[in-house]
Amino acid sequence: MRAKDLLGRNGEALAAEFLENQGMRIVDRNWRCPDGEIDIVAIEGDTLVVAEVKTRKSLDYGHPFEAVDAAKLARLHRLSSLWCREHDLNAARRRIDVISVVDNGVSEPQLDHLRGVG
Amino acid sequence: MGIGRSYSIALVGLNGYIVEVEADIGQTLPNFVILGLPDASLNEAKERIRSAAQNSGIPLSRRKITANLIPASLPKRGSGFDLAITMAVLRAADDIRDIGGTVFIAELGLDGRLRPVRGILPAVMAAVHAGYPDIVVADANAVEASLVPGAKVRGYKTLARLAFDFGADPKDLALDYNPTDPDTPDEEGDVPAAVPDLSDVSGQGEARRALEVAAAGGHHMLLTGPPGAGKTMLAERLPGLLPDLADTAAMEVTAIRSLAAVRSSTVRLVRRPPFENPHHSATAAAIIGGGSGLPRPGAASRAHRGVLFLDEAPEYERRVLDALRQPLESGELVIHRSAGTAAYPARFQLILAANPCPCGKASGKGMDCSCTAMMRRRYFGRISGPLLDRVDIQLQVERVSLADFGHAGEEEDSRVVAKRVLAARKRQLERLVAMGLETNSQVPGRTLRGELRLPPGTTRILDTALERGALTARGYDRVLRLAWTLADLGHSDTPDIDHIGQALSLRQAAAAT
Repeated sequence: MRAKDLLGRNGEALAAEFLENQGMRIVDRNWRCPDGEIDIVAIEGDTLVVAEVKTRKSLDYGHPFEAVDAAKLARLHRLSSLWCREHDLNAARRRIDVISVVDNGVSEPQLDHLRGVG
Repeated sequence: MGIGRSYSIALVGLNGYIVEVEADIGQTLPNFVILGLPDASLNEAKERIRSAAQNSGIPLSRRKITANLIPASLPKRGSGFDLAITMAVLRAADDIRDIGGTVFIAELGLDGRLRPVRGILPAVMAAVHAGYPDIVVADANAVEASLVPGAKVRGYKTLARLAFDFGADPKDLALDYNPTDPDTPDEEGDVPAAVPDLSDVSGQGEARRALEVAAAGGHHMLLTGPPGAGKTMLAERLPGLLPDLADTAAMEVTAIRSLAAVRSSTVRLVRRPPFENPHHSATAAAIIGGGSGLPRPGAASRAHRGVLFLDEAPEYERRVLDALRQPLESGELVIHRSAGTAAYPARFQLILAANPCPCGKASGKGMDCSCTAMMRRRYFGRISGPLLDRVDIQLQVERVSLADFGHAGEEEDSRVVAKRVLAARKRQLERLVAMGLETNSQVPGRTLRGELRLPPGTTRILDTALERGALTARGYDRVLRLAWTLADLGHSDTPDIDHIGQALSLRQAAAAT
């Protein structure tokens, strides 16, 4: 496994743990379809949360949040519908969250969580 | 997190308005939005602010930043809002302590330095006037800003230093960065060019006298005469005879210069009356002000409290000349453009120079003149009646004679004449200050024939001339104004018959009119 994939995988694990600590129930991870991938699917109350995790080693190439653009958000919306159809689940509310992980491998990784960005 | 607030100034013409900047940090993906009618240069502030903050060691929040400039209806332009927006955003992120009522006016460099902006003097004047005396500007603007009485000005070189003084965590701040500013005003450039001296003019006793009267009473003047008679030479020497500007006037003149300046900062008040000498091909926009977007001041406003000299006056476009009637009447120019309306002060002393005819030879007996009577009449017709009506002194200047030419340098110099002018101005002010006026040229006809009425014995020649139709009612008033100035120059309390006689000769209409 390449270093950047490992970094991403670690980040996603940290993010899932973080969401669970927030009281969410993780229902799916790394769900794939021909249109793309959802990092984390969780449920909080009556809301289905589709979470995108962005992990970086440093801020040299910009903050992880800045890498989430309008096209990415649109794709996440589409994917959330596809996920619901496949699992035959009609969620009353759906929400997209973004979690940034900055992990330089030395100090404690920094997590940041944005709720309902799109 | 939450809302941050700071203040800046939006200039519309010379008038400044307090602009409240509020910044909000939203819990959503990074973005930067500026609301409140920003123009293109203000919208570019986003990128300058991000880089400047990053390079100062106090990066902006990775969230959606919304900056709102209030009132939203007032058009805002330029880079002077950079600093106020930055401070509001930093405050919203709780990176610095509460700003209070401090006003920020500076542009940011990408490296985090504060850069000077134009028009800082009128902006600071507006801030102090609106009750916001605490002002932060770029170091290079600090001297100019401090010229405003009552302003508590602080100048900073970098954003890092400023943020530190507002309680930012010094851990990451780039406090050691000390850029050398290429915009530092060099003091010598602000010293006005030497004004030519009156002693250079040989002979021309009558013209010199007229110039002195014009200077003393602030009268507008028309000089007619053949090429080479020295009309331009005389006009250029008028500013040297005028007294220094008083505080308010100096502030106005400096404010206009600050706004019109190519150089970005002024270091001292302009104390000498300005002299503007536009070319006769100038357009109306160049003379009265204009330009795209919000109008900028023109030559007439730059000549505020000084002299506007129009050489070869009949060569100007008629509409340019007539556009001067508004400022001659009200001392102000109001210019309308799509982006807004700007009012600039324009209380200047108008000096017109003209040849007697298109070929310029119709003086004396006019033997060499090749112009037809029609051509001559049309030539002067370009200077409209209403404009000439406002010109108190109309003088014919003849070529200097050989006898006088030899005595160059033996004439009185400007300093001697300026002293008499100053004394005459003092007498006028004592008499007129109660009416809110400064010079005899401003006295309305009603006052001349009312409070300042002269005994009938003194005005007899005028009354006769008026009755005969040789003098119009307006002409009558102009003679009276000149007579008062002559009396002031002669240390008399009221004009006598002699002064009236001299005044009549000074406003002798030019030959061709």
